[in-house]
Amino acid sequence: MSADLIALSARDAAEQIRHGRISADELFAAYRERAAADAAKGEDGLNAYTWVADVTPSAPAASDAAPLAGVPLAVKDLFCTEGVPSQSGSKILAGYRPPYNATVVDKLASAGTTLLGKTNQDEFAMGSSNENSAFGAVRNPWDASRVPGGSSGGSAAAVAAGLAPWALGTDTGGSIRQPAALCGIVGLKPTYGSVSRYGMIAFASSLDQAGPFARDVTDTALLYRHMVGRDGRDSTSLQHPDEIALPKGVDLKGIRLGVPEELIGEGVESGVREAFNQTLALAEQLGATVETTHLPHAPHALSAYYLIAPAEASSNLARFDGVRYGLRADADDLLSMYTRTRAEGFGPEVKRRIMLGTYALSSGYYDAYYGRAQKVRTKIAEDFRSAFDSFDFIVTPSAPTVAFKLGEKTADPLEMYLQDFCTIPMSLAGIPAISIPNGLSDGLPVGFQIAGPAFSENRLLDAAYVLEQALGFDGSKVRA
Amino acid sequence: MIDRAQVLHVARLARLELTDDEVGTMSRELSAVLDHIEKIGELQLDDVPATSHVIDVVNALRPDEPVPSLPREQALANAPEVVDDGFGVPSPGAA
Amino acid sequence: MSDGSGYEPVIGLEIHVQLKTNTKMFCGCELSFGDPPNVHTCPVCLGLPGALPVVNARAIHYALMVGMALGCELAPRSIFHRKNYFYPDLPKGYQISQYDIPICSGGRLGDVRIHRAHLEEDAAKLVHVGASGRIHGADASVVDYNRGGTPLVEIVTEPDVRSAAQAREWLTLLRETLRQLGVSDVNMEEGSLRCDANVSIRPVGSDVLGTKTELKNMNSFRYLERGVEAEIARQIALVQSGEEVVQETLHYDPVSGSISSLRSKEEAHDYRYFPEPDLVPVVLTETMIEGARAELPELPAARAERYESALGLSADSARLLAFRPELGAYFEAALAVDGESPQVLANWISGELVARIGDEDPAASKVTPAAIAQLVALVRGRAVTQGAAKTVLDRLVADGGEPQAIVDAEGLGAIGGGDELTEVVKRALESDPAAVEKLKGGNMKAIGPIVGFVMRETKGRADGGEVTRLVREQLGL
Ligand SMILES: [Mg+2]
Ligand SMILES: [Zn+2]
Repeated sequence: MSADLIALSARDAAEQIRHGRISADELFAAYRERAAADAAKGEDGLNAYTWVADVTPSAPAASDAAPLAGVPLAVKDLFCTEGVPSQSGSKILAGYRPPYNATVVDKLASAGTTLLGKTNQDEFAMGSSNENSAFGAVRNPWDASRVPGGSSGGSAAAVAAGLAPWALGTDTGGSIRQPAALCGIVGLKPTYGSVSRYGMIAFASSLDQAGPFARDVTDTALLYRHMVGRDGRDSTSLQHPDEIALPKGVDLKGIRLGVPEELIGEGVESGVREAFNQTLALAEQLGATVETTHLPHAPHALSAYYLIAPAEASSNLARFDGVRYGLRADADDLLSMYTRTRAEGFGPEVKRRIMLGTYALSSGYYDAYYGRAQKVRTKIAEDFRSAFDSFDFIVTPSAPTVAFKLGEKTADPLEMYLQDFCTIPMSLAGIPAISIPNGLSDGLPVGFQIAGPAFSENRLLDAAYVLEQALGFDGSKVRA
Repeated sequence: MIDRAQVLHVARLARLELTDDEVGTMSRELSAVLDHIEKIGELQLDDVPATSHVIDVVNALRPDEPVPSLPREQALANAPEVVDDGFGVPSPGAA
Repeated sequence: MSDGSGYEPVIGLEIHVQLKTNTKMFCGCELSFGDPPNVHTCPVCLGLPGALPVVNARAIHYALMVGMALGCELAPRSIFHRKNYFYPDLPKGYQISQYDIPICSGGRLGDVRIHRAHLEEDAAKLVHVGASGRIHGADASVVDYNRGGTPLVEIVTEPDVRSAAQAREWLTLLRETLRQLGVSDVNMEEGSLRCDANVSIRPVGSDVLGTKTELKNMNSFRYLERGVEAEIARQIALVQSGEEVVQETLHYDPVSGSISSLRSKEEAHDYRYFPEPDLVPVVLTETMIEGARAELPELPAARAERYESALGLSADSARLLAFRPELGAYFEAALAVDGESPQVLANWISGELVARIGDEDPAASKVTPAAIAQLVALVRGRAVTQGAAKTVLDRLVADGGEPQAIVDAEGLGAIGGGDELTEVVKRALESDPAAVEKLKGGNMKAIGPIVGFVMRETKGRADGGEVTRLVREQLGL
């Protein structure tokens, strides 16, 4: 019975609860049991959760106002959840329980989801392997010796392994798309501004965006539908022009796909490229046209990103000072209190980025670094705009490799940063992009990324759905 | 290239205490990353405007209407040190 | 300043004005003064993880009013920056402020040019409590975030001020201007108006700027004047003894009158400004601009100008009335009753009346504007002498009423040149033969005691000029 419940898609589960065929409490218990069992194993398990609910929350009855009533939701640690640990994967926030909910958490609660648990992540969302968590690394359900990707690795692993029907993640430079790819699930990074950032513990404000993880495109659309909306508490949020629809379509007739040469070159491993090319051929069979195109400034995106994101992060993380919440180190004077608290509380990757960002903003360097990076950002956004004059979507592999071994890339920060090579340009341009499972390479999942113009999510989800149906990827074996 | 003295200066700005080892590692790693990043210096960007927001939104203003504040116990609930209904800190000497 | 030192001071002022909005700059917490600590906080103004700022529309509105009153150019599009530094009174580790594109720039108030005026958030309050109540025994401070996030307009002047007295006088004008705008309580003691001064000196006649020091937070007009004076003196003494002025931030201690260095560190003041990614630009609309303009009252400088040009008041009188709006309003009400002699009316109000009622609003006194206007008319028509009119005013202040009725009831009407006055003058001359001798000898100063006698006898109802005429007539001079 429990296995049957886990096998249900979120959409079907909501449907069955509505019709009284299954009970929300039963569904919650089934997931809770699996999540808690994994959490109990600590780092010997997937270590996907940092907190799992121990009582079944009361959900509103399923109705038109609460269509998702009773479907459990896993939430990345960095979303503030009232009275529930919200630690952003950091020792500096260990045990921190905020007095308020993130807007998107509230929205999904009113749509009827129940909070199943908080998922592990790279500290302050900085990382591409989920090895930078103060609460231990997360493992990939397809191969426990490998990483799930990051920074939303806990959410991706939980959904892939059937420890949650779906989950919330955040994507700053690829933190939804890359782990979705490495774990064989769907992940959407929405148009910047379409989901409120209020209550999301910030990494890089001008890039951070919350998005859904799910097993399939339909669930992804369904969860996303209830996340969007202008929020008076987030000045950078906007009303999505369309209501998000459940995806439909049987072919890709008339769809023009652009393949940017700059993002499929060296660095993309052969198995990934092969899977990518096969899917391009499939798309053509489905009626799409596929052409090579150019994003001339994309090769500089990584550099711009590694100036902008750390600069914003260095400022966003200044509030972790031991005064109002979180860790405080012992010290008799204020300066030592600050420097020791932050030295003890932050992990090495966070320190590295704070240092990089502080340097990039410091007197005499601003123009050469941060200022230039913002100009590169302008050029990258222009590249996409002109590409979308000729193409409906830009497609690339979601990540240049399949899941790599734990520890394999930790020695060289730059090599780790290259993991986000294919996803960062879209983040800088603020446009939506989705990663869908694109088969396996050596038994490990590969992702296919589709990016569209701002607010094209409905079309993007439709195209992703058509490809998903045609690809017929089966991730059920890791949910056993 | 970012040398040890610069690392120490930046660490001071960022209020991070670094061990001697960390200063060396940081200098090496940041230099490697900056080496890569500095390629954007080659781009011709003179007349390009900077993008600080990718969205075209202005005047996201809030009406001047009060919203209930947190009860004090809640405001102080996570404080590492509470003194006289406030957040206690070591006195700023030369901070 | 011609103090003979050979140096002149060059002073610029930086003023922080707390706006009187209902809520804070970036969150819905109410503003407060004097409430118990930490009762006006929320995730935003405590800098909790995940919280985001949203700009208070009324703060923009008030900033526009200030900009208009100061004759500033209003930026069609302005943005906010983050100013990064660590301090416990700054919950986010940065202050949201305006940097390269302030909402108001340029402008002038009185004789001082305005450099810029921008919006920002106030810091919280940090109180030193010593070693009490702490586990480790080390000295502690306590942060109260009630004030944190209060909207501020920071006004920066050009270095146009040339003396401590001028600094004080100009700040008075600014305060009155802001008060009449209704955008702030402008109370220096309570900190809703705070003034820093940048002070340097240079040889008289030079147009090179010397090294400036920044004198912080003088919390009254008197302290501002004294502090700046002390700093000027300190700099002149330094330079005269062959030493150099060092650029630093200074604190003036009003009790001891001494000046000390506030921060020795000044560690390269690297604020790492960058555009605040959590906020979007403020783009002025016609509605916003017209809305601010519609609420602009007539401001002190404009009112003083009108009093001078349209009513012919002296510059001093015009300022006296214009800079105290309640006096100006009272003056204009009286002028509506009797507009014959504005300057005389102004003198009676700002001189005699204020001497009797002090800082009280004259509209709240027992003297109606009509009464003072009538009193001035009686004096002008010589129906009452100056001296008697002062007595009438005493009565009006004490009991109210009509000037003519008081004159009649108390017999204070002026005595003309008739028999009665002739008789009193005659008696006065008889009573003081010595004075009569001097007068006859051509010493007109000796008339004093004679006039004094007549005034005593007539209770001040005699006209001084008429008395002098009768004295001359009777002595055949
Ligand atoms: Mg300021
Ligand atoms: Zn607040």
